[in-house]
Amino acid sequence: MWRFIGGRLLQAIPVILAVITVTFFLVRVAPGGPFDSEKAVIPEVKAALEAQYRLDLPLGQQYLAYLRDLAAGELGPSFKYPGRSVNELIAAGLPATAELGAYALLVAVLLGGLAGVIASLKPNSAQDYIPMSVAMIGICMPTFLLGPLLVLVFGIHLEWLPVSGWGDIPGDKLLPSLTLGAAYAAYIARLGRAGMLEVMSQDYIRTARAKGLPEWQVVTRHALRGGLIPVVAFLGPAFAGLLAGSFVVETIFQIPGLGRFYVQAAFNRDYTMILGTTVFLSTLIVLFNLLSDILAAWLNPRLRAQYGEA
Amino acid sequence: MALLSVRDLQVDFTTRNGRVTAVNRISFDVESGKITAIIGESGSGKSVCCYSLLGLLPTPPASVEHGTAHFEGRDLLAMSEAQLREIRGRDIAMIFQDPMTCLNPYMTIGEQLIEPLVYHRKVSKAAARERALELLGEVGLRDPAATIDQYPHQFSGGMRQRVMIAMALINEPKLLIADEPTTALDVTIQAQILALVAELQRKRNIGVIFISHDLSVVADIADEIVVMEKGHLVERGDRAAIFERAEHPYTRKLLDAIPAGSKAPSSEVRDDLITVNHLCTWFGQGRGREPLRAVDDVSFTIQRGEVLGLVGESGSGKSTIGRSLLRLVPVTSGEVLFDGTDVTALEGVALKQMRRRMQMIFQDPYASLNPRMSVYDTLAEPLLLHGIESRKTVEQGVLKLMDDVGLARAFVRKYPHEFSGGQRQRIAIGRALATRPEFVVADEPVSALDVTIQAQILELMLELGREYGLTMLFVSHDLAVVRHIADRILVLFKGKVVEQGTGETLFERPQQEYTRQLLQSIPGRALLA
Repeated sequence: MWRFIGGRLLQAIPVILAVITVTFFLVRVAPGGPFDSEKAVIPEVKAALEAQYRLDLPLGQQYLAYLRDLAAGELGPSFKYPGRSVNELIAAGLPATAELGAYALLVAVLLGGLAGVIASLKPNSAQDYIPMSVAMIGICMPTFLLGPLLVLVFGIHLEWLPVSGWGDIPGDKLLPSLTLGAAYAAYIARLGRAGMLEVMSQDYIRTARAKGLPEWQVVTRHALRGGLIPVVAFLGPAFAGLLAGSFVVETIFQIPGLGRFYVQAAFNRDYTMILGTTVFLSTLIVLFNLLSDILAAWLNPRLRAQYGEA
Repeated sequence: MALLSVRDLQVDFTTRNGRVTAVNRISFDVESGKITAIIGESGSGKSVCCYSLLGLLPTPPASVEHGTAHFEGRDLLAMSEAQLREIRGRDIAMIFQDPMTCLNPYMTIGEQLIEPLVYHRKVSKAAARERALELLGEVGLRDPAATIDQYPHQFSGGMRQRVMIAMALINEPKLLIADEPTTALDVTIQAQILALVAELQRKRNIGVIFISHDLSVVADIADEIVVMEKGHLVERGDRAAIFERAEHPYTRKLLDAIPAGSKAPSSEVRDDLITVNHLCTWFGQGRGREPLRAVDDVSFTIQRGEVLGLVGESGSGKSTIGRSLLRLVPVTSGEVLFDGTDVTALEGVALKQMRRRMQMIFQDPYASLNPRMSVYDTLAEPLLLHGIESRKTVEQGVLKLMDDVGLARAFVRKYPHEFSGGQRQRIAIGRALATRPEFVVADEPVSALDVTIQAQILELMLELGREYGLTMLFVSHDLAVVRHIADRILVLFKGKVVEQGTGETLFERPQQEYTRQLLQSIPGRALLA
């Protein structure tokens, strides 16, 4: 097992290195720099700024210097927020984003899982078509449409829930979580349905029925574990995706999260901020993928034995 | 009074093409302490009939149209689902064909075993576990205490079926329904499981319904035999009546399909097409671990035009030998001379050319044909690939092949799922013959088929072998089948050849203990002698 995890972590190093390298050079290839603004800056001032942020060095040296800092866990100073490091900015934005992501994932798993299982129990009936049609709409609907729509209905029209904010008024976390989780819920519903349908047609389900177990026990004891493995394997990529994709929702609901920093950094050519956030998120994606792979393998006794040996 | 008494049972299926009657007004009885066998081919309705009694058929499309089934005086067919559930797994238990897929791979066998006991009898888990351990010992599992917490994939097929039997018996049912419980197993394992079922049934004095497509399987154990064809009950009687005085032509057809007799040995002296010297194929070497010696120093020859039978249990290395000859697995050492050329040393173009001369027919015609290719595509591909036919003549070539393997030309545009198992195996044979090979490895080509179909395919292979002048390596776990088709037989055990000879000498004068054991495993051998 440890060997499997160690191997996967080693594989992650070149992946992350490639992400850093590509991002590093791409942001510099993009036209404009962090200190180009409409107002002309005195050349001496600009030179001083560039020297301070090492922008006067040849590109190769900048790259090596960045890697050295990174190895020490240092993501560098932000170009646009003077006096604050990228580490601090990420630390400031992460809690809200992580919380939002976690709630959204919870919404996705509960709603999606339930809908998928319910749909699979009576395939090709209304019980299947209704949740699956809703799921299809969920997948197709972009968050920038769903968010305002929910705000309009529950915030403005019905006045049940606050329209923005994060942790200020009770209930203000509900709409953002729902908005962000909806598409993932829909995807999980479809994965869960497919997984359950496959399992419910297996011979061992017939065996369970032949034992005289009531149908709910057949489903919960015998079918769920196998049927939801695809869902579990999807959780890692889903959570990473939720963190990285929370920008739109954070903007709609005015949430002080990581996503907003990230996108602003791109507009501002805040090189270190873009790089720092990218490195941080790609590391998370790799880690969460690994976690869900381990979990899915652990749920399957056959794979568990294989990795246990290796 | 009979334990179970079925009267005028009719089960229909609603399909897209209208209603089909799967079970047509059949009646039979099952007595306590007796084994009633229901025999018929795939699609005869034998399984449907038993599943309908327990409400295990999906409704729709199935529906019980007519009939009664009195079990201890109560009509199963008139019961509600809740009432039936009380009987399922408690008074009537089932074991199924494929122990591989019928146990839940995500639960330990212990968890699965105690389930019916805990649910029906409200026994504590600890007490149920005690009982499970006892039963596992009784069905012949070595060291139940050490294996009860293992998962199904850690057991062999035969052991899994023993677990299934223990699971069915844990509530001491009065009736056991066994649906082809030995069809997926090797003959030797089959013999053990049959003996076990018969022993447990006598000891507990319970009634058993034993479903099979193969009359010979039940020859030693059945008290009553019911023969079904296309949903109808065509004949019924005790064992002697069926085996000695069968009246219905269908029953006689089933009896004739049991492979019997040896092929007459040919006296012609021919040159050797294939010479295998000290062949070793080992798996999983390295890191100081002991390799699995699947094939361990095997030498033999096959004459041109000869059919060589290769017999052994699962894990004896018989399939690996076939694959080694075709270079489908890497050979560890030794040489395989094909018409003078060492196949193990060939690379690239030379290997491709050699492969055209050697083909393989696989066991499972469901899995070995590409479901998205029609018969035409499947057969035309090798013809075009090896330049045997041109684009203009390929259609004629395909139709000729279809004629040869006995498929109607009208089926040429159909896809594999539209065919029965036997027809699919015909397509697979056609595909193998398309390149006009000189040598064919047939790996358990009839093991997945019903006996009657099996007999037809064996006939076809013998006929085509003569017509095409084929040399064949016929791999099977079933000595009776091999004797029927092979000129000479090699008996394999744990990667080594233990005995060889013609079918007749092996059957009459087996030299080795293992060969004798294989012979004794052939079901119903008394009536074949």
